[in-house]
Order: sequence, then structure tokens, then C-alpha cells
Amino acid sequence: MQPCYLGIDVGSVSTNVVVITPSGEVLSSIYLRTQGQPIQAVKEGLRRVKADLPEDVRIAGAGTTGSGRYLAGAIVGADIVKNEITAHAVAARLEVPDVQTILEIGGQDSKIIILRQGVVIDFAMNTVCAAGTGSFLDQQAARLGIPIEKFGELALKARNPVRIAGRCTVFAESDMIHKQQMGHNIEDIICGLCEALVRNYLNNVAKGKEILAPVVFQGGVAANTGIRAAFSKALGQDIIIPRHFPVMGALGAALLARDSVNNNRETKFKGFEVAEEEFRAHSFTCQGCSNLCEIVNIEEEGNLIARWGSRCGKWDTLG
Amino acid sequence: MKKVSFAHMGYSYLGFKQLVEDMGFEAVVPPNPSPATLDLGVTHAPEYACIPFKMVLGTYLEVLNKGAEMIITSGGVGPCRAGLYGMMHEKILHNLGYNFEIFVFDPPLTGLWSFFIKLRRVIKTAGISWLAFVDVIRRAWAKLKLLDELEQLATGIRPYEVKRGDTTRTFHSCLKIVEQARSQKEIAAAREECRQLLQSIPRDNGRRPLRVGIVGEIYVLLEPFMNLEIEKTLGEMGVITHRSIYLTQYTATDVLAHGAQDVRQLAHPYLNQFVGGHGQNSVGEAILYAQNGFDGVIQLAPFTCIPEIVAKSILPRVSRDFGIPVLSLTIDEQTGRAGIETRLEAFVDLLRQRREQMEARSNAALLPGY
Repeated sequence: MQPCYLGIDVGSVSTNVVVITPSGEVLSSIYLRTQGQPIQAVKEGLRRVKADLPEDVRIAGAGTTGSGRYLAGAIVGADIVKNEITAHAVAARLEVPDVQTILEIGGQDSKIIILRQGVVIDFAMNTVCAAGTGSFLDQQAARLGIPIEKFGELALKARNPVRIAGRCTVFAESDMIHKQQMGHNIEDIICGLCEALVRNYLNNVAKGKEILAPVVFQGGVAANTGIRAAFSKALGQDIIIPRHFPVMGALGAALLARDSVNNNRETKFKGFEVAEEEFRAHSFTCQGCSNLCEIVNIEEEGNLIARWGSRCGKWDTLG
Repeated sequence: MKKVSFAHMGYSYLGFKQLVEDMGFEAVVPPNPSPATLDLGVTHAPEYACIPFKMVLGTYLEVLNKGAEMIITSGGVGPCRAGLYGMMHEKILHNLGYNFEIFVFDPPLTGLWSFFIKLRRVIKTAGISWLAFVDVIRRAWAKLKLLDELEQLATGIRPYEVKRGDTTRTFHSCLKIVEQARSQKEIAAAREECRQLLQSIPRDNGRRPLRVGIVGEIYVLLEPFMNLEIEKTLGEMGVITHRSIYLTQYTATDVLAHGAQDVRQLAHPYLNQFVGGHGQNSVGEAILYAQNGFDGVIQLAPFTCIPEIVAKSILPRVSRDFGIPVLSLTIDEQTGRAGIETRLEAFVDLLRQRREQMEARSNAALLPGY
């Protein structure tokens, strides 16, 4: 029975589950859509990864990351719950040890992480606007009736990319529609959109950051060859796409779990059986004062296992 | 008795409540800003206004619905649009059909005469003497100072607390004690009591908290609802925070005077003019924090706030020149905490690693033979 480590990344759009060996080799990786139901997604991910793994695997540590990391951590019993910036940096460093810049575009957010000598020295994340993230590309692909997987391929066929306003998804969409109505072909428009997205990213999220090679591009959007090409063109350098680019957050969480358990601590992981248990999240508004905090309770088989949301700390203690 | 209200900004409402009551008015205490306040403000404010404008408007609507007849508030100074906010609020509320009086006090140095005229009218409405008014102001000031002091004390203790949430709970009981204290003597006694309560929180003094300075626009800095309790969140992650603005200190340096000299001088090589709001302050204060050995700086900027946008584009240079990590956070309508927590956690990770690296380097330098 070899000890392995589980990493779960619950993002807004996708939920990823990864199992690695102690040396960091990926045994299994699952990429699912969260579809607004993080609890279901985590359970489904566990079920699938379990089915995918050889019988003799023992989980010696579990880590969670992503915007649903606390929820996922409570469900599976995580040894470490870490933010996705640290998780992404850890994973990228494993694949490209001398990485200096990480570009990451996910479903609802995009980030840039700057490392020097293996240490994160700066980062930025989009704060108020999701312009130029995976969700927007998804939505545009659906509107144009093109499978998202074909998006990049089509962009590469463009001869004369048109200029699309990239600052805001609403502006971008209407600009695209206007250009379509003018008779521009779809390839040129899609390519223009990729360029607009990259321009917006570099001008907004990456503003003022020193982008030095090696540059790693990861996250679900890295699958899009059109965006990859637009990044190399705009930065004038090669972009490295790591092998496990869509699940780097989960991979990082697994690596962090490995280091946190460090072979000498018993894992808190509850086992793959939790996939068959019933978890319920319900919220109520605390009427204790005018803050009207929204308190969330997480129950496992009817037992309260986690609670959060109060500002004064009144509900932070369980029981 | 005339019902009087005011804007809500952090814990200062306790001081203003006393001020208004001691002048002989009935105080309509603005409720803590909540999602309902936000909804009201967003519904009636121009879409492009910044979040402080919307929240303050929401608060005014709440107090007017509770029967306030008079609102006393402070004005922003241009050249940014905050200079027009008082007038805008008044116009919007009057157009909505509310009948009330509003007194917007701009910093006296921008117009001593109009300040005096307004003050005279308020005092006249209250029907108290100038002498009595001075006493009222002094006691309210003492209370506001105490609130600032306790807040700073709590942020200094939180990273050491053994039981998570202890400091926050104790601080909230302190607020109740401070609320009861009215005379100078009672306020002094409340100070002792609260200090003792906070000091007696069980602590683990072996911890080594990081120190982070928070700069930015006053409203998002002072109102925990707006900044999603950044100071509590950071405190529980093991960080001592210090804000560039505490109400009483800010009133002394920036409202009643022309701004802290050192801050403006420090900002000068990067930004040599007052760009409105707290833009120049944010730059100067970031440098001040760097010079005082802080581990990092966080900037809180309301979405679309021009002065903070100016500061934001300068801060990366400050960060490089002074070797201090800076994180800029844009604040708008979001009430979900996940986004801000992720950024703060990552920032704290970055600061910890950086400290370890620097310590390792200086330890290596101490080894003989190196």
C-alpha cells in the first residue's frame, strides 16, 4: 500500500480532484463542472477518482483549495486548506522549477503570480470584473454555437483579426455582434476576442508586473490555443503550458497536503466513503444585531460539522 | 425633540450618538451597514458613483425612514467628485420626497465662514450656549479617541489570542461599556475597564505576528462591513494591522489642518499634488510604513475612485523602490468573503515566506567564515 495524497480544487466553474504519489507524480486527475453545486461536485469527484485508482492506494493526506476550499475541507476532512494562489505556485514550481511568472486564467478569475528564486514575491487577481475569464469565453462560444474546444483552433485560422473592445464583457459582446453584422468572418472575430482578452489581462491584472521568462500559463483557459498564441504574440516570448494545466490548483493542494502531513502525522481524511454520505448546507440570518449576518451550517448525516459567517464571532464556536 | 442622525463610519457612531444627544436632540442611530443598506443605496445612487457614496445614501434612507428630521455630516473635498457628494445626496433624497434638513460640514480651512454659519445654525436649533457646546464636543471627542484607542489595542492583541474570536467578542463587550460612559470621568473609567478586559485575553506570546499597514479611502478603511472585516480577518491569520486613518488622528491632521506634513513630503517624489480624496496620502503612507519596518502594505480602493486609481498605479514603483510588498484590493458591492480571503491568505503566505528568506539570509551572514 503506497501512501498517496489527495488534492481538491473547488472553483466557481470546475471542481478538480487529483491523487499524487509521494514524489509528486499524478496517479489520477478528474476535471468536473461545479455547476453551482460544490457539495455534489466534490462527492462526484471523489467517486470518480476512487474508481480510477488502483486498489492498493492509501490516502495519507488531503488538501483543498479554490473558492470552495473551506466547504470541501469540511466535507472530506482536509489536513490543509490553502488559497489557490499558493497552491498554483507550488504546482507550477514542481513542473517548471525555475518559473518566474505564472499566468492563470480560470472560470471566474484570473491571476498573475511573480516568483523569484522559487519564492512568490508578488501576485494580483482580478477584483471586481470577470472580463476575460473562462466563463466569458464559454458564454461567447455558446452564443456563436461553437464548441468551446474548437474555439482556439478557429482563432488560429484567422487572417485579419478584428479589434474587439476587451475592457468589459458587455462591451466586448456588443462589439463582437456589431462586427459580425458588418460581415467579418467568425475566425477573425474569435481571434480578435482572444487578443482583446489577453490585452485586458495584461493591462489590468498584470499591470505594473515584471513578466520574466520562463512564463507558465495554466488554468482551464490554457487549453485554448487561440489565447496561448495571443499571449506569446503580446509578450514576444514562448509560453510554457504545464502537463496538468487544468488541475494545477488541485495538484498544488495535494503537494501541500504531502508537506503538511510529512509522513509523521495521521491524516484527517475521512475516506472515500464520504461520497456516499449526506451533506447539507443551510443558512439563516442571525437577528442578534443590525449586522444581519448570514450564518451557514454544514451538516454531515445530520451532525453539524462546520459553521461560518458571523461577524462578531458569536456562531464561530461549534455546538 | 428634533430627531437628528448622521453617517455611519466604523464605531464612531457611538461618539456621534452622544454628541447629538448631549446637544438635546433625539439621536436616530444609523444601523450597522448591511446588505439592505447596500440595496437601498445602489437603487437610488447613480450607477457610476463609488461604493462609499452608495452606502452613505443607503444609510441616510434608513435613518430617514426611521424618522430623522436632520442629518449632520461631513463633506468631502474635491477636486475628485467626493467634493460634490453632500449636494448629490441632498438632491437625490429631496427628489425622493423626503423632507429634512442636512448640514454638510466641510473642513473649516476650506471655508471658515461657511463652517461657522452652519455651526451657528445647528447650535441655535439645539438651543444651547457656545460654552455648553464646547463641553459637548470635548466629551464626544474623548469618546471617539477612546474608540480609536481600543480598536488599535484589539488589533494588537488579536494575532496572539489563544482562542480564536476571543478578542473580537471582548471588543464588542467593550463597545457596550463605552456606550454607557458619558462624562469625562466615566469615559476615563470605561477606558481602564476596557483596557483591562482586552489585556486579560489569554495570549500566546511566543507567536511572531507580521505587521501590515492598510492605506486607502477613509470610508472603506473605517467601515468593517465594507472592507469585509479585513482587520479581523488578518488578525486571525496572525497579522497586526495598522490603518493609515483613525478618525480622531485624521480629523486632527487632515480635517482641521493641511494634512500630515511627513506623509505629503514622502509622497512628493512620486505624486507632487493633492489629487483629491486620499490618493496622495496612500502613496506617502505606504512609504512611511516601509520606513517603519512593516512587512507589507494593503491598499483599499473603492471601485472607480480616481484618487485611489492614481495611487494604485504609483504603488508598484513604491513597492520596488522600498522593497515592501503591496496588495491593492478594489472594493465594490460584493459581500461574499471568499474573494478577499483568498487574496489576503496568499498575501500573508507571501509575507511569511519573504520574512523567512530574509532571516535565513541574515543568519547566514552571521555564521563565521561566510
